[in-house]
Amino acid sequence: MTKSKSAYSTPTKLGKLDTHIFVVWVDNEAGVLARVVGLFSGRGYNIESLAVAEVDQKKSLSRITIVTTGTPQVIEQITLQLKKLVPVHKVANFKREDKRVIFKEMALLKIVANSTKIKKALNVCKKFNPVILDKTNKSVVIQITALRREIDKMSKNLKPLGLISASRTGAVAMTRGSEIFN
Amino acid sequence: MGNLYSGAEIVFKCLEDQKVKHIFGYPGGAVLPIYDELKNHPTIKHILVRHEQGAGHAAEGYARSSGKPGVVLVTSGPGATNVVTALTDAYMDSVPLVCISGQVPTHLIGTDAFQECDTTGITRPCTKHNWLVKDIKDLSRVIHEAFKVATTGRPGPVLVDIPKDIQFAKTKYSSPKKEKKLNGKLNNRFNQKDIDQLIELMSKAKKPIFYTGGGVINSGPKASELLRELVRLTGFPITSTLQGLGAFPGNDNQFIGMLGMHGTYEANNAMHDCDLLINIGARFDDRITGKIDEFSPKSKKVHIDIDPSSINKIVKVDLAIEGDVAEVINITTKTLKKKNLNLEKSNKQKISKWWEQIQKWKTKKSLNFINSDKIIKPQFAVQRLYELTKNKDTYITTEVGQHQMWAAQHYKFNKPNRWMTSGGLGTMGYGLPAAVGVQIAHPEKLVVDIAGEASVLMTIQEMSTAVQYNLPIKIFILNNEYMGMVRQWQELLHEKNYSESYTAALPDFVKLAEAYGCVGIRAKTPNELDQKIEEMINTDKPVIFDCLVDPNENCFPMIPSGKPHNQMLLGPKDQSENKITGKGKELV
Repeated sequence: MTKSKSAYSTPTKLGKLDTHIFVVWVDNEAGVLARVVGLFSGRGYNIESLAVAEVDQKKSLSRITIVTTGTPQVIEQITLQLKKLVPVHKVANFKREDKRVIFKEMALLKIVANSTKIKKALNVCKKFNPVILDKTNKSVVIQITALRREIDKMSKNLKPLGLISASRTGAVAMTRGSEIFN
Repeated sequence: MGNLYSGAEIVFKCLEDQKVKHIFGYPGGAVLPIYDELKNHPTIKHILVRHEQGAGHAAEGYARSSGKPGVVLVTSGPGATNVVTALTDAYMDSVPLVCISGQVPTHLIGTDAFQECDTTGITRPCTKHNWLVKDIKDLSRVIHEAFKVATTGRPGPVLVDIPKDIQFAKTKYSSPKKEKKLNGKLNNRFNQKDIDQLIELMSKAKKPIFYTGGGVINSGPKASELLRELVRLTGFPITSTLQGLGAFPGNDNQFIGMLGMHGTYEANNAMHDCDLLINIGARFDDRITGKIDEFSPKSKKVHIDIDPSSINKIVKVDLAIEGDVAEVINITTKTLKKKNLNLEKSNKQKISKWWEQIQKWKTKKSLNFINSDKIIKPQFAVQRLYELTKNKDTYITTEVGQHQMWAAQHYKFNKPNRWMTSGGLGTMGYGLPAAVGVQIAHPEKLVVDIAGEASVLMTIQEMSTAVQYNLPIKIFILNNEYMGMVRQWQELLHEKNYSESYTAALPDFVKLAEAYGCVGIRAKTPNELDQKIEEMINTDKPVIFDCLVDPNENCFPMIPSGKPHNQMLLGPKDQSENKITGKGKELV
C-alpha cells in the first residue's frame, strides 16, 4: 500500500456514466446563462452541447437545453444545484435512451464541388429532412435536422463529397404525445 | 406622487426597513454618494475597517453571533476583489451577508475604467445570488430581495453591485413586498410519514448517534433548545461538527465530543460502529467522513437538512428529511411524545450496551496531552482560558490551524452563537476581524480570538479598527513560531521537511499592541499563565496576548488522510505505549 501524502482522501471508483438531457427554464436576465454554465464548470460537470433561447417573451422566460454525462449521483446533484439558482424556475432531466422524449440537432453544411458530387451529397442527406438554403453551380448550403451521432456520421460521409464547413446547434428536446415536462 | 429619492438614499431606506443597525465598510470613488448619505441616517452605524476582507469577516462574526445578516459596503475594483475571500468563506459556512459594492458609472462598464472590475462575474460562484443594478427603478426591489435570499433557506452571502450614476439617479422608493415566493423555493418539504419513519428507526436502533452541524445554529436558538429536548428524550449519544459546537452543551454527559479529523476517539468510533446515524444540519464534509467507502458502514443513515442539494451529495442516505431543523425536530419530539413510546426508559436498556462501549472508548482520553511545568502547552493554555472565562458569557472566534482545533477540543461551548470559526473555507485571518464584528453585536460581552501567530498577521491591521471603536477584543495568540498545522503535516507526511513553515522575523506582539494603542501581554511559563489571563480579562481595552507555547506540539487525535474513523492516530502518550494500529503507524 502506498502511503497517502495528501490531506484529502483518494478518489474512489467512478460509477457508470449516463448521458442525460437537462431542460431548464430560467428568467431571461443578464448573466443567467453564465450562472448555469458556471455551475457546470465550477463543479466539474461536463457539457456536451448547449442550446438556449427565449421561449416566452411576455414572461421573459428562456429555455436552456444541456446534454451532459455523469453518474446517477452527479445527475441528481446537477438537478438540485440548478434548482438552487434564483432565476431557475423548473428543471427537467431525462436519459438519452428515454423513448418518451424527442431530441434533435440542426446543422448547416456547405459543400463546394461539381454538380455530380453535389447531387450525391444531397442524396446522402435524404434521410435527415434536407433543405437547400443556397445554391450556386459550384456550391450548396444544406440544412439538416438529426441526432448528434447521425450528424457526426454525415459529416464524415460528406467530406469526400466536398463538405468544407459545418455549423451545428446543440440539442433541443420535446416530450412526445400530449405530455409536457414537469 | 411619492417623493423622489436618489439611489444612495434608497440604499439607506432599504437598510432602515431591513432593520440594519451596523454596516462594515471602506469608502472609495465608486461608493462616495452612498458615503455622503450616511450622515443623514443616525440609526445606522458604519464601522470603518482597514481592509475590505476585514469588513467581510467582521460582518460574518456579527451575523454568526447575532443571527442577523451582516452588511458590507465596499467600493468598486479592489474594494470588491478584497471582499471575495470573505464572501467565499460565508458561502462555505452558510453565513448570511449582504454586500453592497460600488461600480463605475454604467456608460463606462466594460471599458476597463479606473477601478473597474467585473464584480458580478467574479462573485457569481461565491454568492447565493448577485445583482448588477442598471436601472434605478430596480434598486429598492433588488436590495430587499437580496436580504431575503441571504436569510432564507440555507443562508449565505449575496452581493448588489450599484454603478455610481445609479447612486445619483432619482426614483420613488418601494418598501419590501410581503412574501413573494422565490420560484417556489420552500423550506419544509417533509411530511408526517418521514417523521414516522424516523421514529420507527429510532425505536429499533441499538447503537444510535446524533451527528449535528451548523444547520442547527443557523436555524436559530430555538433549534438548539429543541435539540436538547430531543436528545434528552431519546437518551442517544450526540456528536457535533466544528460548526455545530454549542448547539448542545459541551459539558453534558450525552455529548461525546466533536467528530472528524481531529475529533475525539469516542465520537469517531461511535460514528463508525453505529447502526443509526441521524445527521441534523451537517453536510458530510470530507474532514468529517474520512474515507467515504468505509464511512459508518453498518448504519442506517438519516439526513435532516434545509438544502436538498446537501442530501445524497456525498453519502447516500436511507431517509432524507428536507426541512428547517427546528421545524423537523419540533414535529419529531411532538410525535414521540404523542406516541408515548416511553423511549426514555425502554431505550436506556436497549442502548445501555452501546453506552458501555462508548464509555470504554472514552477511557482512552484521546484529548490528553503530556503537560509540562517548564513550557506552556497550547492545549493547557486553551484549558486555562476556558476555566477562567467559562463563568462569563464568552464569545470565541478563531483563526485557522492547530490552535483552532485545540480551541474546538478544549473549550466547551454551552450555548449556540458563541463560537465563530472558518470551517469550510479555512480562512487564516478570519478570527480577528470576526471578533470585531462579534464585539459590535455584543458590546458588553467578553470576546476572545484564539489565534495563531501566523494567521493573525494576515489581518492584524484590524487592531486599528478595534482601537478606533473601543472594542475590547482579546487576541489570544498561541505563538509557536510555526504555521503549526502545516508543520504537523510535514512532520507526519513529508519526512520532516519543514519547507517554509517557520516564520523568522516575527514581530514583537507586545510592542505591536502598544503601537496600535492597545495592551500587550506576554506569558512565557505555565506558572504565570493564569495570572496573565486574568490580567487580560480585566483589561477594558483591546489586548494582544502573546502566549509562547511549545513549538513542537502536534494536534491529536487525528484521522490520517484516506483512513476510516476507527483508525485514529492518538497522542504521544498512546504512541509511546504502542497502542496505535498498524496502519496508523505507517504514517508516523
